[in-house]
This record gives sequence, C-alpha cells and structure tokens, in this order.
Amino acid sequence: MAPISDKLDSFFTEKMKEYPTKRSFLVPMLLYTQDELGYLTEEAIAHLAKKTELTELEVRNVISYYSLLHTKPLGKYHVQVCTNISCMLRGGEELLDHCKQRLGIGHKQVTKDGVFSLEEVECIGACSWAPAMQVNYDFHENLTAEMTDKVLEQYKSKARQ
Amino acid sequence: MADLVSHPDEVRIVSSRFGKGATDLDRYLELDGYKAVKKALQMKSDDIINEVKASNLRGRGGAGFPTGMKWGFVPKESAKPKYILVNGDESEPGTCKDRLILEHDPHAVIEGVVIAGLAVGAKVGFVYIRGEYRYLVDIMRKAIADAYAKGFLGKNIFGSGQDFDVRWHTGAGAYEVGEESALMESLEGKRGIPRIRPPFPAVVGLWGGPTVINNVETLAAVPHILLMGGQKFADLGPPKNGGTRLFCLSGHINKPGVYELPLGYPLKKMIYEVGGGIPNGRKLKAVVPGGSSTFVLTAEEADQMNMDFDSFGKRGEFLGSGGVVMLDDQTCMVKFVLRIMKFYQHESCGWCIPCREGTDWLKKTLTRFHNGGGLKKDIDNIKYLSQNMLGRTFCPLGDAAAIPTMSIVDKWRSEFEAHLDGRPCPFEPAGKVSELPVLA
Repeated sequence: MAPISDKLDSFFTEKMKEYPTKRSFLVPMLLYTQDELGYLTEEAIAHLAKKTELTELEVRNVISYYSLLHTKPLGKYHVQVCTNISCMLRGGEELLDHCKQRLGIGHKQVTKDGVFSLEEVECIGACSWAPAMQVNYDFHENLTAEMTDKVLEQYKSKARQ
Repeated sequence: MADLVSHPDEVRIVSSRFGKGATDLDRYLELDGYKAVKKALQMKSDDIINEVKASNLRGRGGAGFPTGMKWGFVPKESAKPKYILVNGDESEPGTCKDRLILEHDPHAVIEGVVIAGLAVGAKVGFVYIRGEYRYLVDIMRKAIADAYAKGFLGKNIFGSGQDFDVRWHTGAGAYEVGEESALMESLEGKRGIPRIRPPFPAVVGLWGGPTVINNVETLAAVPHILLMGGQKFADLGPPKNGGTRLFCLSGHINKPGVYELPLGYPLKKMIYEVGGGIPNGRKLKAVVPGGSSTFVLTAEEADQMNMDFDSFGKRGEFLGSGGVVMLDDQTCMVKFVLRIMKFYQHESCGWCIPCREGTDWLKKTLTRFHNGGGLKKDIDNIKYLSQNMLGRTFCPLGDAAAIPTMSIVDKWRSEFEAHLDGRPCPFEPAGKVSELPVLA
C-alpha cells in the first residue's frame, strides 16, 4: 500500500509533468505529504525517492534544509510563535513564554496528548500585525494574552470533536 | 485576512485593487484586468522593455536593480527554454507586502509574468510562494486555474497565436531561498544553496535556460506601467526611482500597516504622519529602513532621509525591502542586534564558511555579551567579525548579517559599554523590550 493517498499521489504525478526534471516538484511534494501524514515517515520518504528517481539520502538531504519539514510527529496543532524583530518589539517573546506556560511545553516539544506542539519561528510575514503566530497554516495576529488563550482554547475543543 | 490601512498621502497603484474582491476573475476584469496583457500582445518585445525602462521601475525585493535593464540582459536567441520566475519567498524580517498583493490581487502578478514573458521571449513562468503562505498558494492556484479556463493562459492566449503557461510552486521554510540563485535551486527540487555568479540567471538560470527573476511587487507593478505609460509611473517618484512602493510599517509605531507611497517620501513624515508617531509617549531611537539586512538609522538620521534607492545609495547604504521598523528609546540595541544575528545564524545554509561560522560566532558572542559576560575587546571583535563576512560569500546572506551589526556597533557603542563589567542590561529588568500588548 502506498504511504500516501491515491489522490495526492496522482496530483503529484500530474504536477511533475509541468517540469523538465523529475525532482523539480520535490519540495512541495514533501510539504503536501507532511500535511497528509503529519510528518515525513520512512515509507513516505522511500516512496517520494522512488517517484523522483532519487536516493532516499538525496531526499533526506533536501528535507533537512527546510524548516517546515519534519521527520518526527508534531502535535495536531503546531503553534509557531514569531519572535523576530517586528514581533519582538511588540511582545513576541512574552507571547512565546505565555504559550509555553499555557501548553506546558517548550520549543519544539509536543504535549502528552499530542494535540499541540510549539515552535519559536523566524519571520512569518506578519510584521505590520505583530505579535503574530501561525497554528498550522492559519495566521493569528495582533495578539494579546487573552486572545491567545481564546485561540488555543478553540483548537483544543476542535481536537476533542 | 491581514488588516488594511489607508492614509491620504498614499498613491494607490499596486494596491489599487486591495479590498475590492479582485481575486475573483470577473471582478478583476471590471477593474481593468488583463487589459495590459492584451496591450502587450500588440507590442514588439523591445517596446515592452523600453516602456519598463522608461518607468524607472527597480526591483522591489530589496536590491533595487532596474527591471527593464534586467529583462534586456536576456539573450534574444537561446537553445534552451527561457523562464520567468516570481520570487514570492517573502521572508525578510519587517516585510509583509507581497503577502497583501498575493492575497488581494493575484491576477496582477499573473499579468506581470505574462508581460515579462512576452518581453524576453519566455513561454513559461513559475510563481514561487513561501511554504508558510499556504492560503496564498491556494489563492494563486485558483487564480491560475481561472485564467486557464478563460483562455488567458495556455495555448493561443487571447487568440493571439502565442502560448504561455504559468505554474505555481511552493517552498517549505527557508529565508535563504529568497536569494535568486538559491530560489532556482529550490525550484529544481534541491537544497537552496546559492550558485556562483557569473553566469547570471538572465543567461544561465533555471535548468540552464535564461531566467528573469522578479519580486512579486515588481511584477505586480508592470501591468499598471503598461496601461498608464512608463513615463507617468516614473514621474511619481524622484529621478531614476520610478513609481510608488509598498512600505510596511512595524515595531514601535502607532499605526502599523502597509502603505503605498511614492518613492522619495520623507521618512520623518512616514513615521509621524502616516504611522502616527511612536506609542506610549516615548521617543524614537532607531529605524530599520528596509528589512533586517539594511544599515540601521539613528532617529536624527531618519529625520533627514528620503525613501528612495539613491538617497540611501549615495551614503553607501540600502533602501532595502520596504520593511520599515521603528524602535523606541526603551529598546536595547544589544538585544536587538542579538535577535537579528540569531535569525541569520538560523537561516545560514552553511555553504560559505564566513557566513556559517561568522553568524554562529557573532550569535554566541552577543548572547554572552547581553547576559553580562561581555569584555571590552568583544565590541571591536563583533565589528571585525562582521567586516570579514562582507563580500566573502556566494550570496548576500553574510552581508545581510554583517550590515546591521556594523551599523549598530558604530552608532550605539555606548550601549554595548553599558553592558560591561557584569552590569545588568540597562533596558531590563524582565527583558521587556516593549510594554505593548500586556500578556497575563
């Protein structure tokens, strides 16, 4: 059985035709695979290596370069708090500390129930709406402590459903 | 998603369709959409390039290279296919403008790609959007699909007999990939390691073919230039600095946001009138004029500066990416430069030793320094290390780390000295750089 869904696999096959080399679409393929599986599993890496006619080592080499790609499970909701300059000046570091306290985990850790993981990240392009964080791909901006608690609470109840 | 702002001094060209529902293709057509491509299809390729040259449009990613000249470097004849590559890997700290363009006006970017293609003889364009901007990748995917459905892309576009394809692509987290040669590596499915130049991408680029690489904002301006005329666009800014620019105001400022202002706009006015001044009754200490890679200005310098490429260029400095970050008088500059260095150390791809080792050394030294373990000789050492990274790397990431560091050491040396002899940071306790949003 393929480690990724047929739908995703055939989407990749179609997209790969748009490029002159087989490996060109690799970076998006890794990201979309991760979105489906939660992280890049051994099987998924082997599958994508075969598909792009690369060695698994070559694929791992690419994975290790990109900060969004992970080879270990993250939480269902990956909380990414920006502390780069524009966010730092408006309380980004305090926001990160707040999330650490509320979630009871540190940078690059996962909660015991697997619902949340936390990461301090570099600039996410929300500078004029700082401080900001992304939960998975969703932006949450102009945050205060109260708003952050609400946001985290919403994800928590979503996870319970 | 991100809030929009406005100010009477704005001249809305690139942002003219923001908030008007232009992601919908029918709505876009009502707002003069795809008229510029139709016009370009009637023009000779050299005339398109000349119109862009007349506009004095310069690269909006940060380097400020004249766009028309860049297009002119592409050889007319090429055995390998030519490509247009849109750089939407926006990740320069302080910069959040391409996000708004992609969110509100994706078809303008597509138009810009097609026009660039017609100008240089390319048949394919790629729109590369950073991985974090997934919602924008989805908006762009839909925009491209809609344009194909109408026959605006693909075979025989607008019945012209010409073919043009636009493809979407996404990254997966890497500042470095915003550098043009690393961007090409990433699009080819590799680690984003920069390539040595020459040859320049205009001659040898994607898969060895001549490639034009332009920032999102640059290409989004192109359709407007064709419709309004290059000269008219040029006249909006000072000589050699055509048009307007999206300035992203952030940090210690009352009205943060993205404002479209003419190039050459006085920075003082930008801060105190457009941005509403510094919050909490504090005074301005420093301004990062165009993303974290630029020379940092003191408040006195900021009072004198006009926001165009040449006003900075004649000082040996850079206007940068449009990310204008204000720092108030309670900001610790040592802590600030430490945070900048932490970023470059994290993002250095490790290919060039001066950048890989330099950023790491500097981060370690600045961390120790800020924690009260600084020695007097460290201050000169920080500057010496930075200077030795300059110009010694394949791509400008090493320079980008060195430039703000050197300027901060030069201009705020007394703040470094105030941290010596185990004295606590004068701007702490609690390490609070700002008291803005109060967190429980």
